[in-house]
Amino acid sequence: MATFNLKINGKESQVDVDPSTPMLWVLRDHLNLVGTKYGCGIAQCGACTVHLDGTATRSCMLTVSMVGNSEITTIEGLSDTGDHPVQKAWVEVDVPQCGYCQAGQIMTASAFLEKNPNPSDEEIEMAMNGNICRCGTYTRIKKAVKLAAESKQA
Amino acid sequence: MDQINNSIGRRAFLRNSSLASGGLILGFSWLNSCKPKVVAAEEVVALEMPKTWSELNSYIKIGDNGVVTLIAPNPEFGSNVKTSLPMILAEELDIDWEMVIIEQANFHPEKYDRQFTGGSQGIRRGWPGLRVAGATARQMLLTAAAQQWGVAISELTTENGIVYHKASGQEIGYGELAVLAQGIEVPEDVPLKEIKDFKIVGHSKKNVDTKNIVTGKPLFAMDHKEDGMLIAMIAHPPFGKKIKSLDGSTAKSMPGIKDVFTITTLQDDYERNGFDTTTHTELAVVVGNSTWEVMQAKKALQMELENISDSEFVMNGWGGKSTVKVPAGLESSENHLKKMEEMGRKKATVLRKDGNPEKAFAEADKILERTYTAPFLAHNCMEPVNCFANVTADEAVLYAPIQAPEMITGTIAARIGLPAEKIHINLSRMGGGFGQRAYGHHLVEAAAISQKVNAPIKMVYTREDDMTYGIYRPTYTATYRAALDKDNNLIGFHVKGGGIPEHPVAANRFPAGAIDNYLAEGWALESNITIGAFRAPRSNFIAGAEQAFLDELAETMGKDPIDFRLEMLERAITKPVGENNDYEAERYAGVLKLVREKSGWDNSSPSGIFKGVSAYFCHNSYVAQVLELSMDGDMPKMEKVTAAIDCGVVINPDFASNMAEGGIVDGIGNAMFGEMSFKEGVPDHKNFDTYRMIRHTEAPKSIDVHFVESEVDPTGMGEPPFPPVFGAVANALYKATGRRFTKQPFITDKPPLVG
Repeated sequence: MATFNLKINGKESQVDVDPSTPMLWVLRDHLNLVGTKYGCGIAQCGACTVHLDGTATRSCMLTVSMVGNSEITTIEGLSDTGDHPVQKAWVEVDVPQCGYCQAGQIMTASAFLEKNPNPSDEEIEMAMNGNICRCGTYTRIKKAVKLAAESKQA
Repeated sequence: MDQINNSIGRRAFLRNSSLASGGLILGFSWLNSCKPKVVAAEEVVALEMPKTWSELNSYIKIGDNGVVTLIAPNPEFGSNVKTSLPMILAEELDIDWEMVIIEQANFHPEKYDRQFTGGSQGIRRGWPGLRVAGATARQMLLTAAAQQWGVAISELTTENGIVYHKASGQEIGYGELAVLAQGIEVPEDVPLKEIKDFKIVGHSKKNVDTKNIVTGKPLFAMDHKEDGMLIAMIAHPPFGKKIKSLDGSTAKSMPGIKDVFTITTLQDDYERNGFDTTTHTELAVVVGNSTWEVMQAKKALQMELENISDSEFVMNGWGGKSTVKVPAGLESSENHLKKMEEMGRKKATVLRKDGNPEKAFAEADKILERTYTAPFLAHNCMEPVNCFANVTADEAVLYAPIQAPEMITGTIAARIGLPAEKIHINLSRMGGGFGQRAYGHHLVEAAAISQKVNAPIKMVYTREDDMTYGIYRPTYTATYRAALDKDNNLIGFHVKGGGIPEHPVAANRFPAGAIDNYLAEGWALESNITIGAFRAPRSNFIAGAEQAFLDELAETMGKDPIDFRLEMLERAITKPVGENNDYEAERYAGVLKLVREKSGWDNSSPSGIFKGVSAYFCHNSYVAQVLELSMDGDMPKMEKVTAAIDCGVVINPDFASNMAEGGIVDGIGNAMFGEMSFKEGVPDHKNFDTYRMIRHTEAPKSIDVHFVESEVDPTGMGEPPFPPVFGAVANALYKATGRRFTKQPFITDKPPLVG
């Protein structure tokens, strides 16, 4: 066990866990931030995506000891009231079916749009390719990412 | 009123009659006891809560300020029942959707009828009773207003939660009337709205949970936490094996670990119901403080395994009581395929026979024959199997992803020795279901573990535990044969289908009824690999096989594939063969005509675009699809899918489209990539690194969904859009490559698609 000081969603948090613990479980079990989801545990599905200094990162394979001073943003910290352009676009397009993968999709999309604010359809598909949606909402996800990009341009 | 109405009606008003003398329920204390609550629609600002609520029946509570709480009775796994079922209530109650709060019901069989999400039956079975529940409550409000004003009910109208007496210019809100309405005797035979007057049903409403989903709220059982809760994980053997002994000493000594043990979930002589499917009745269990610690300890378990012996158990399912045999042996996919080929050559059970098919084939000038196969499939819901349970001496409280709570309560009760009414199941939002979550073994396991450790626990399967557990879509095969005379007329049709451990043939569906000489046969082989419902059971294979065969048959006969189907359907309309045809040929033809128009089927395709058509009827709805693809080297790119659907009245059109889009993407994914295979009882795929799921770049660039305008009672959308797309993919691939794809997944069909 070791103590880690973490910067999550703009706040300082302290946890006492084994250094090999993935951030996914630190968030879910120790910090009560359960919006980040467990899907595969091997960085294949993207359900656990968070931002690590703004970069979309799979928290299931990011151990707490690797985080250091980096800042983590989870779905709970993406906006105060759910009004991030990507969240708003998701509501507008009414993307989710079961909803389990969508926090991960949104975290991937929001980091992507920061780097590429005006993407083509192909760029969106490639950027989102690491996030599986078993319900098959891909066409709506693409639509929502485009809508978010447009609203950020406006 | 039919029986369903009466049943729902009676249950709905049980609460009301007991309240008739009891008066009001206090608003805030009552609200606090009921969670989770979700504010309607996409409103950011929460509705102002009323001070008091009046409960008109078990689905409807009206606040003194006009806010209305509607109860969503069915568990939600992504098909929108939490939004669309209350829309039906709201329509007949005649209220403003913006004034609605939706509350997810817990499992409560006395208050709610059929809290089962599956079989695409939620809307179809909920529709009549929920209309009556809404209309009856409205009638009680009208009666209260009539009494208040001393006028006849016939002089009153309602709109958006307000009762009007136009003659005198008076009006009064439901909020004020609800207290009075509550005491009024429940009327019978209330009028229902005309469909043309609908203002909510048929008008797209946003999913009531979307805002909570996109902000990461704890909606899922996986997210549930309570003070003192421990984490439990299980380990299970491969197929054909069981636990001989468990050495948990190393695991138990690891940090954070409380206990390690084996647990028996069902006794061998327990008479199972049809949803008591379980692969292993004995599991190894690790219980500890946190998920990661338990995951590590689980790896340190020393399990000695032994081969199972032949066994059997009694299952009392919907089809009656039967003995299910579980053969010993370590099964492999290679052997499955060999056995299926052998079985395909043997005589099988005749499921339906019209005319004289033997004679037709004997006299045929030409016979077209084609065999199709598909592998087992894992459900792979994004939320792995899990369940929270807190079993005490007096009661059991569960939070569970479960499609069919009514089917598992008795089993939990029997296992932990509490009466069924002491088992309280909270219906958490499910991170997918697709049939897998109809089988509640995880609830029994969680309850048994909680009882054993005498603490609240959340049992979590790893992805590997989930994917290798079983309850798969079976592996199937079907051989289709068509007899043609010298003029290329179709004179006989034969389908023989089989599978492990069930056959996929729906003998009374199209093209039965459209062909004079018709034979359908089926066979099945036993297995110790467990199977269960998987989005459109049986149809999810047979539709694709049949529609690929009809495509080839049309080509052999020199006909356009849509013309050919329409000709056959015309025969089924004008002079049907047999009496048990399980489809309406007019509606079947209707979706084909609509998809022809909307897809521009008759227009020539742009260069490099290849089209395939498919149509199927299952789970009471009709779906036709045209899929267009291009080739990028050896790999197809799905360009566009146009779908035409007849599901009667469409409750929530935009979400119904979402369901069709998802079913199409899911179908393309499973047709192209889906496969679970085995070696010596061990599943070859354990996680998404090797179990290939469809991804963004492989989905169609666009999906265009059209609904047949209809006033027919609504039917489901969860399953029907899924099965036909397998055929549309195969038929478009044929156009692109000149080769008939018959072996799923198509990516591995030999010679390989890619390579």
